[in-house]
Amino acid sequence: MSEATTTSAGAPQGSGTPAIELRDLSWQVGGAKIVRGVNLSVADGEIVGVIGPNGAGKTSLFNLISGINTVTSGTVLLRGQDVTRYPIAKRSRMGLGRTFQTSSVFPHLSVLENVRLAAQQRLGGNLSVLQFPRRDDEATTEAYGHLATVRLAKYRTLAGNLSHGDKRKLEIAVLLAQHPALILLDEPMAGVSSHDVPDLTEVIRGLHATGSSVMIVEHHLDVVLGLVDRVAVMHHGEMIAVDTPEGIMKNEAVQSAYLGDIAS
Amino acid sequence: MSTFILLLITGLGLGALYFLVASGLSLIYGLMGVLNFAHGSFLTLSAFAGWEVGRRIGLDTLTGFLVAILVGAIVAALTEFLLIRPLYERHIEQVLVTVGLSLATVALFEGIWGPDPINIQRMPWLIETTTIAGAPVPNSVFIAIGAAVLVLIGLLVFLRKTRYGLIIRAGVENRSMVTALGIDVRRAFTLVFTIGGIAAGIGGVLASNYFGYVSPLMGGSLLIFAFIVTVIGGLGSLAGAAVASILVAVLQQFTNYYWGYGDLIVVLLLAVVLLVRPQGLLGRKAA
Repeated sequence: MSEATTTSAGAPQGSGTPAIELRDLSWQVGGAKIVRGVNLSVADGEIVGVIGPNGAGKTSLFNLISGINTVTSGTVLLRGQDVTRYPIAKRSRMGLGRTFQTSSVFPHLSVLENVRLAAQQRLGGNLSVLQFPRRDDEATTEAYGHLATVRLAKYRTLAGNLSHGDKRKLEIAVLLAQHPALILLDEPMAGVSSHDVPDLTEVIRGLHATGSSVMIVEHHLDVVLGLVDRVAVMHHGEMIAVDTPEGIMKNEAVQSAYLGDIAS
Repeated sequence: MSTFILLLITGLGLGALYFLVASGLSLIYGLMGVLNFAHGSFLTLSAFAGWEVGRRIGLDTLTGFLVAILVGAIVAALTEFLLIRPLYERHIEQVLVTVGLSLATVALFEGIWGPDPINIQRMPWLIETTTIAGAPVPNSVFIAIGAAVLVLIGLLVFLRKTRYGLIIRAGVENRSMVTALGIDVRRAFTLVFTIGGIAAGIGGVLASNYFGYVSPLMGGSLLIFAFIVTVIGGLGSLAGAAVASILVAVLQQFTNYYWGYGDLIVVLLLAVVLLVRPQGLLGRKAA
């Protein structure tokens, strides 16, 4: 089991049932241990950054939480409920939303349709074969609202024709439409031009302000440290530290991990 | 001139039959990644069902037609639910199951109705001809073309205008992401299979009226060209299937009439398309 270096500031904020709780979570492929005994609890409304060198197991951890990969051992509790063996769709319906490293939009659907799809799924009536989406129905109205929140007004543009930064905004609008309790953002700044980073950071801040808990994997440390309540650091599949951004900056084990001599 | 018109319109009629099979194949492949080799059996069974009902209660009724559609829909839905769904994400096994089902059902049909084609009695109006620019065109051809156009319009409206159509279009692009939104994509699989079965059911009745017989092998022979049409049009593209159906059938009809190599020219066309534009005429390039 990984022994994360935590201080009192490393404990989750707030009280009550955590948005997500990982207990001794491991994932092994053949003989390779990709994720090793990770323990982490994210409080309701908290935003936690997950950092670590390439290959540390950050995205694998997200895949275990969202159900893309099946855990080898350990438990995933979503709002107190054991979802370890639940399929992706069920976890999503229970309030788990995520983005991926590569942009996860439907490129041949319009911007509005991308968001509408998520909204209609949450609002119900999704299975209606004969019900026509209308300009003034609830799902469409909501989709316009979420697109306004992320400042993306290209409603009729095919999602595949958007710039990378706009695709990221669209992904977040889709997440807003899902009203998730926990959001996993996997490298949201990857491939985004430096010009667009501050704008996207504000959009993520706005997403968090809606009340969702957020976990964010990101290589832009300045973005992570300015955005999150706590930082979890992974290295070789283990979670070696969980602390406030200030605490993490002073943590010797973290500095060693980034310098490449964690074994010492 | 009248020969040209006759070949053109009968080619369109044949293309309509190809489209009725290919539309289901294309939708199923687009959403599920399954090449359904049993699709021809849906058509054959529907054709026999329509014929059996028609000869028992009379030819001047739509009941046989409606029963055929119902049979196509039910058989397709059951196939998806009982055989394809347990093999979810195991595409090779899914293909093998559909190949096996296809072979088994043809043997079953031969056991029930015999291996030889059975000439059917058709409504007199279907055998009569309507003269277009001097060409006497059988009315059954117009019915096939009209039905295919209605199916195409119906499918396009369903896919582009309805809530469930939005899910299917999204699923064709990325099944995993649809699932990540909390949508149970397996329901869409069953629905798409059922839609394919309905189109095959319509195709079965129209094909038997077009050719004037029912046979255990009729679905299989149409399926071969429907696969070619689906690949030429672009796997997963409904509009591509429509365009390719017309192109293949008209080319086949003209070549058959003038040189007798209609099937060969279609296969050559397939080879050219695969070499020059592997994703098909209206298909999307693999990422």
